[in-house]
Amino acid sequence: MGGARRIVGRAFFYLLVAAIVVYTVFPFYWAIVSSLKEGSALYRVEALPPDPAWGNYAAIFAQQNFGRNILNSVIVAASVVAISLFLSVTAAYALGRIEFRGRKLMLLTILSVSMFPQVAVLSGMFELVSWLGLYDTLGSLVLSYLILTLPFTTWVLTTFVRELPKELEEAALVDGAKPFTIIRKVFLPIMWPALATTGLLAFITAWNEFMFAITFTLSNAKRTVPVAIALISGASRFELPWGRVMAASVIVTVPLVVLVLIFQRRIVSGLTAGAVKG
Amino acid sequence: MAQVKLRGVTKSFGAVQVIKGVDLDIGHREFVVFVGPSGCGKSTLLRLIAGLEDITSGELLIDGERMNAALPSQRGVAMVFQSYALYPHMSVFENMAFGLKLAKADKATVDERVRQAARILQIEELLQRKPRQLSGGQRQRVAIGRAITRNPKVFLFDEPLSNLDAALRVQMRIELSRLHEELGTTMVYVTHDQVEAMTLANRIVVLNAGRVEQVGAPLELYQHPRNLFVAGFLGSPRMNFIKGVAEAVRPGQLTVRLPGGAPLAVPVKNGSRGVQAGTEVTVGIRPEHVVAPERADAVLKGGVLVVEQLGAESFMYVRTEGEQTVVARRDPSIGVRPSELVQVGLQAKACHVFGPDGLAV
Repeated sequence: MGGARRIVGRAFFYLLVAAIVVYTVFPFYWAIVSSLKEGSALYRVEALPPDPAWGNYAAIFAQQNFGRNILNSVIVAASVVAISLFLSVTAAYALGRIEFRGRKLMLLTILSVSMFPQVAVLSGMFELVSWLGLYDTLGSLVLSYLILTLPFTTWVLTTFVRELPKELEEAALVDGAKPFTIIRKVFLPIMWPALATTGLLAFITAWNEFMFAITFTLSNAKRTVPVAIALISGASRFELPWGRVMAASVIVTVPLVVLVLIFQRRIVSGLTAGAVKG
Repeated sequence: MAQVKLRGVTKSFGAVQVIKGVDLDIGHREFVVFVGPSGCGKSTLLRLIAGLEDITSGELLIDGERMNAALPSQRGVAMVFQSYALYPHMSVFENMAFGLKLAKADKATVDERVRQAARILQIEELLQRKPRQLSGGQRQRVAIGRAITRNPKVFLFDEPLSNLDAALRVQMRIELSRLHEELGTTMVYVTHDQVEAMTLANRIVVLNAGRVEQVGAPLELYQHPRNLFVAGFLGSPRMNFIKGVAEAVRPGQLTVRLPGGAPLAVPVKNGSRGVQAGTEVTVGIRPEHVVAPERADAVLKGGVLVVEQLGAESFMYVRTEGEQTVVARRDPSIGVRPSELVQVGLQAKACHVFGPDGLAV
């Protein structure tokens, strides 16, 4: 009796797991399969294309200068990660360690900034970008993405800094370290898992962002990947080149998957850091 | 030479004053222990000396130099923390060398100093390990080693042994004494453990609620506590306090009527200090001075509550007349049982008398 119930329970559990896996993996699987089809093959339903065609992959690089778009995305995302980590580490030290008037207000402001809908800041940001003369440059994207990444990197790192034992800092003080040395020699090495996590999340945000990217750039040479994919056009305006769109999507997703796999362990330990004392 | 002087030092956190005016002279090569119950301000006082907290008012002098505003690293102090506070990402060697490297010492000096400290603490074979690969006792040694390499004028210890197990604590206590002999440096040590205080200190500073209650050599404090607090704080089990009424005051002698009606004539050195016939007083006597009735000057009757067997000695808790519990140290072979009726004796010359203000007469 109990055995039968356990078997049914098990079966139900695995069914649920299978459903979740299909739900999450299917779109990506569909993108890969579609990217390997050309022409009318797109409209045939097949588990795996019998004769994979790589023409779509060649085409996006040959016809669109997609390599340039990838390079743009890498430059923008990497700069955003570097700048936001530098700023948020120094801010986190101050916000997490030093008592000053208005600290709480500042933290709450930072948190609320991260909740602004992007559309709300779009026009203001456009003014700022054109006033700074950054329109249609990668700089405009780096600047605007910091709005998206800085609040949460600062917030997460502040929490992490607070969890670090105060004695470590005091020991370093007695040893004669100045605040900047404490950050560099003591805090940064300990915070490395948290940095990897927040850095990766910032990278993903910058890599996938679409609205700022399509608003602040005009020429194809300045476009980042999401915009470039959206603007892939076919031979005529009545044709949507699904094969190439999918090929491009696969190409830009792969680096993210690889990054996440590399940092997998770090992400988990970083996200749970502070939850329990390690 | 390293002397530490505190002059009217106070410390407030917001509206709360935690150190209420401390005057203290710590001499060269002295081992001074701050002891007191938790929250008495002993750690705060140490942190004021270290420079980890700012002094609210008063003066701190190290070797005659005013240090109130100096950075911790400029005061010539080194501190050992309760939680060790080793840098987790550095090896033992790097942990110990960190301060010297920041002070821009050349590589040969760093190497020599670290190895010398490691030799003193017998941790030479651990130098390449990371803190997480060390046991608690080894971590504590590294933390002490980190202090030694900086060659400080004053060592500051903040409850360094309280995270260790009992056996290791005894061993480290002995090593700290040896270290003090070997280095000949001034040491200031904070603990709530009176055994550590008694065994390690040249001088004990008993603190209570932000004030110094008494300063003196361990035995001096044990034998001549200035007030009820110090008398009750040092010694385990603590001193027995028996309420009584002063009956006759003569020069050099004070007769107290005990709860059972027995008179006890206690010799007093300092005069009666305002205690007159009829004043309520407290008689203090340590468990080891509660003797058998035939050797006593006064006797209390009562029923045995508990007998604690410690192997080398046993402690008998007796509920006596006047509803007071008196602890007596006895030979472990004593055959008393709970609720048995016994007599305990007090020796007049071992008694302390405290006036209504809590001060010793």
